[in-house]
Amino acid sequence: MSETTPNSNPRIGADRPLSPHLQVYRPLFTMMMSIVHRITGVGLYFGMFLLAWWLFAAASGPDYFNWVQGAFGSWFGQVILFGFTWALLHHMLGGLRHFVWDTGRGFGQVARETMAKATLAGSVILTVVVWIIGYMVR
Amino acid sequence: MSMRTPLKTIRYLGSAKDGTSHFWQQRLTAVANVPLVIGFVILVIMLSGATHAEFVATAGSPLGAVFLIAAVLSVTWHMRLGMQVVIEDYIHSEGLKIVLILGNTFFTAAIALVSVFSILKLSFGG
Repeated sequence: MSETTPNSNPRIGADRPLSPHLQVYRPLFTMMMSIVHRITGVGLYFGMFLLAWWLFAAASGPDYFNWVQGAFGSWFGQVILFGFTWALLHHMLGGLRHFVWDTGRGFGQVARETMAKATLAGSVILTVVVWIIGYMVR
Repeated sequence: MSMRTPLKTIRYLGSAKDGTSHFWQQRLTAVANVPLVIGFVILVIMLSGATHAEFVATAGSPLGAVFLIAAVLSVTWHMRLGMQVVIEDYIHSEGLKIVLILGNTFFTAAIALVSVFSILKLSFGG
């Protein structure tokens, strides 16, 4: 019997108790907010392409820049950018929540629920405020 | 019966030997991102319907360019660290994991490079 690589070691695939994972838990608000924090992070990751594209278009000259501005200004572009704004603000407020936790505070039941609700409400309110201001100054 | 010691099967599967530096850089860039993102949102509001000339004047001004470059560098570094953790959490096939972690660096570096070059061109080259 040869055990040359870790994966071929029969002891690794043995029936051992696994640590409980997502599916065994009842969904909780704080847990959902944690998942949303990660999803918004991944969304922003790919969304940053839009910023690079915008800057690249501006560097390329007026014609291409106007075309890209037009695409961002279309209803579809505006929906994407609205979602990007919300994801950005949600991820930022979620990050502030992590800073509080980093200091060792805010782990109690009341504190973490309150912070989770504030993050969600704050992200929606701030997004709407940003867009109202955006349309006002336009 | 195998003559190999148990140590053989677990060697090189432990710590990456870089301690808390990943965590620390994640938080460092997160702290930097807060003011940078707030400023960025304000800048985008100012430039949302801008003509090309207006965009170049604002984004290419010394203050605008320095600010945008700082934001791009901090954000792309933060992105790279964050996506690395996501890949490590969900991708368990060793080969695919390495490919995606390489791709992660290439993507974030490309975003940073394209953005920074474009900002510098707006600033220096009109």
